[in-house]
Amino acid sequence: MSSENLNLTLMIWRQESPKAVGSFEEFKVSVSPEASILEMLDELNDKLEREGKIPVAFESDCREGICGTCGLVINGHPHSKIPKIATCQLHMRNFEDGETLYIEPFRAKAFPVLKDLIVDRSGMDKILQAGGYISINTGGVPDANEIPISKETSSLAMDAAECIGCGACVAACKNASAMLFVGAKVSQYALLPQGQPERHQRVQKMVAVMDEMGFGSCTNTYACEAECPKGISITNIARMNRDFISAEFKTEEVET
Amino acid sequence: MIKLDSKIPEGPIADKWINHKFNMKLVNPANKRKFDIIVVGTGLAGASAAASLGALGYNVKTFTYHDSGRRAHSIAAQGGINAAKNYQNDGDSVYRLFYDTVKGGDFRAREANVYRLAEVSNNIIDQCVAQGVPFAREYGGLLDNRSFGGAQVSRTFYARGQTGQQLLLGAISALNMQVGKGSVELLTRKEMLELVVIDGHAKGIICRDLVTGAIEKFSAHAVILATGGYSNVFFLSTNAMNCNATAAWRAHKKGAAFANPCYTQIHPTCLPLHGENQSKLTLMSESLRNDGRIWVPKKVGETRKPNDIPEDERDYYLERKYPSFGNLSPRDISSRSAKEVCDEGRGVNGEEAVYLDFADAINRLGKNVIEEKYGNLFEIYETITGENPYQVPMKIYPAPHYTMGGVWVDYNLESTIPGLFVLGEANFSDHGANRLGASALMQGLADGYFVAPYTVSNYLASEKPDKYDVDHTEFNNAQKEIDDNIKKLLSINGNKTVDEFHKKLGRIMWNKVGMGRNEKGLKESIEEIKELRNDFWRNVKLVGVDNDINQTLERAGRVADYLELGELMAVDALHRNESCGGHFREEYQTAEGEALRNDKDYAFVSAWEFEDVGKWQLHKEPLEFENVKLATRSYK
Repeated sequence: MSSENLNLTLMIWRQESPKAVGSFEEFKVSVSPEASILEMLDELNDKLEREGKIPVAFESDCREGICGTCGLVINGHPHSKIPKIATCQLHMRNFEDGETLYIEPFRAKAFPVLKDLIVDRSGMDKILQAGGYISINTGGVPDANEIPISKETSSLAMDAAECIGCGACVAACKNASAMLFVGAKVSQYALLPQGQPERHQRVQKMVAVMDEMGFGSCTNTYACEAECPKGISITNIARMNRDFISAEFKTEEVET
Repeated sequence: MIKLDSKIPEGPIADKWINHKFNMKLVNPANKRKFDIIVVGTGLAGASAAASLGALGYNVKTFTYHDSGRRAHSIAAQGGINAAKNYQNDGDSVYRLFYDTVKGGDFRAREANVYRLAEVSNNIIDQCVAQGVPFAREYGGLLDNRSFGGAQVSRTFYARGQTGQQLLLGAISALNMQVGKGSVELLTRKEMLELVVIDGHAKGIICRDLVTGAIEKFSAHAVILATGGYSNVFFLSTNAMNCNATAAWRAHKKGAAFANPCYTQIHPTCLPLHGENQSKLTLMSESLRNDGRIWVPKKVGETRKPNDIPEDERDYYLERKYPSFGNLSPRDISSRSAKEVCDEGRGVNGEEAVYLDFADAINRLGKNVIEEKYGNLFEIYETITGENPYQVPMKIYPAPHYTMGGVWVDYNLESTIPGLFVLGEANFSDHGANRLGASALMQGLADGYFVAPYTVSNYLASEKPDKYDVDHTEFNNAQKEIDDNIKKLLSINGNKTVDEFHKKLGRIMWNKVGMGRNEKGLKESIEEIKELRNDFWRNVKLVGVDNDINQTLERAGRVADYLELGELMAVDALHRNESCGGHFREEYQTAEGEALRNDKDYAFVSAWEFEDVGKWQLHKEPLEFENVKLATRSYK
């Protein structure tokens, strides 16, 4: 390690259970600028365990910014103030010696805190289970090259499909709306020929469950796009809205 | 005592699977709903199996310790998925994919399984496209391909640098559809801690709910494990933080033989280690080797910056040693070559790192083309290291990545415990001693979409629909074992943390059971692991309680299992007196330093039966090569 350690003050949200009252707890740490913020928390937890204290509960898995498991609000920004990275990709060299960091869980009505920095994001899966798929079974599908798809269309679908399902868009939104998340999935299928047969039913089913799960509405503040670790564009929300409105005219019956 | 029967169907290799599919028994549609199947794991293999079995009409319960199925580590696979489509008209075929995979695995895989894998590879691509997986395309609208190590054809399909993500989200979408329809029940945040075996058959599992800590029992007619590999035994690997061997290991202790544990893949292109507190290593996709050139300085003690080192003072060692495959040589060979030049002191700044240089490709193709192909990988690199790979070469070094070994399965992917099927990386079946790039995604989806639905049905066709009650003695015994184990872990109250033990084990494994192994080191490692295991059960310190979210307790159980598995890896490596694929025994090499296989004495699968902690019995499954002639692997 080339550079000197940073001395930081951490204000970390501690909450024993969903119903318990939470508060910030202060910790002083000295950390290598090469470490990631989660490695800093690993070190802190190792120290707490040695002292017989309960470590800070937080989730992470791939630590490469693709699994969507980690998600902390750092100094008010879901993931971090640096654009297009997940929490696990935030390295301590981005902080100054002596700084204070406020570390909180993603906050939204639909994301109850389970413990400390861990929240329950299962509402997002419920939306996908309602219609986030193309209804085919295994086997009996055409050859992969049978339907040509333009490079441009395929690329737009991929832009939408890059969503990692972390929930930062919800945490960033003052309405706790999941419309960027849902819009991205709706768009991926709406753009592709394979998604056309169910295009209108899909958006209706997904939006219905989104509302049911307690996610709010979109009021076009663009906060979701700004905080999205994958840079998912807000045009996906516009695409979803267009489909949702035209679905009202095109489908006779809405199944939920 | 177990008896290995590979159940390879009769007939010519190209007809085996076709005939076997016809000969297997079916369950009629009305009876399918009377059968319950448990699937553990929601990665490519687990999600595809659960979705396919649910679609057939079985009652499926699928388990993950994550908060969502989509978090499984298949999501992080970057480069691509192989298939024998021959869309590029460059001479590919099912037979060539089969041949390349058997050769790439250094002739230590079962031919029949590998052929079937190649055979169904094309169906996988069709299936994924139909699900809306946005694979990369050419301007004409058809699918694009690229090359991967160990192949001279372009057969790899990809979705930017996030192929695993897109394939997994495709499989998860299929799973979500079944969950929505009610044919699959998805149970999240539940970790399997025990397999329940009744009258010799797998009949259920026991889980710990990771939120409440409750120990819960689930009964079924068949159990499928798709729980991934065990690279995290090294502590530092490219695997995710939670990847673990516990489900597979507990099944092993209940009677499932564990095969070829010493076959571990050290991936050549990962980011080098930066410091003591590092929690994991990050992979840079092998696809980068299509355009990046790997080199080190020719002289020891080079201090100049890479761009200041003139061309004739660089050693492009892979191009020099393996001119036909060059930078796309297979992973085991590329990794060992990197270790070799670093051991000579020619690593970057004398450290364990080599250059992966894109300057030539950028000059030849332009920055835009490189950005389009690898943009997100370059971004990842810059985020982590703070260096811009468009301007200075990347620094890379090998890291533990994938485990070819795993639970022994027959041709039906059934373990030595009837009714227990093992899919994907968790089994040992298709990659021999070395896996080729872009073949893991292929195998996971092949097992889940196109093999298990047939072979699990065949098993269930002979089972009665009556189900065991979860109050059966075997369920209660297994539950008690778990309770006792947790109580013990929480009561030791020693002076060393779980991570401390894990890191110590990782260092032993990396130094002595890593890229280069020898008899002396392996013998030492076995003793050191035993000692560490004893120390663990005397001095580990856990805090917190069992009926709450307790991540330390979760990790402690997993590390306890690694402390047994690590020993078996060393035992297996010591017993295999040859070098093959990812298993390189320093005593067995050619004059040029290449792996020296011993086909006369070691052309078999080592399947270990558990007798007691630290005690195993070896069973051998002979490998017969009727189609691919045993030959020294050459990439020169």
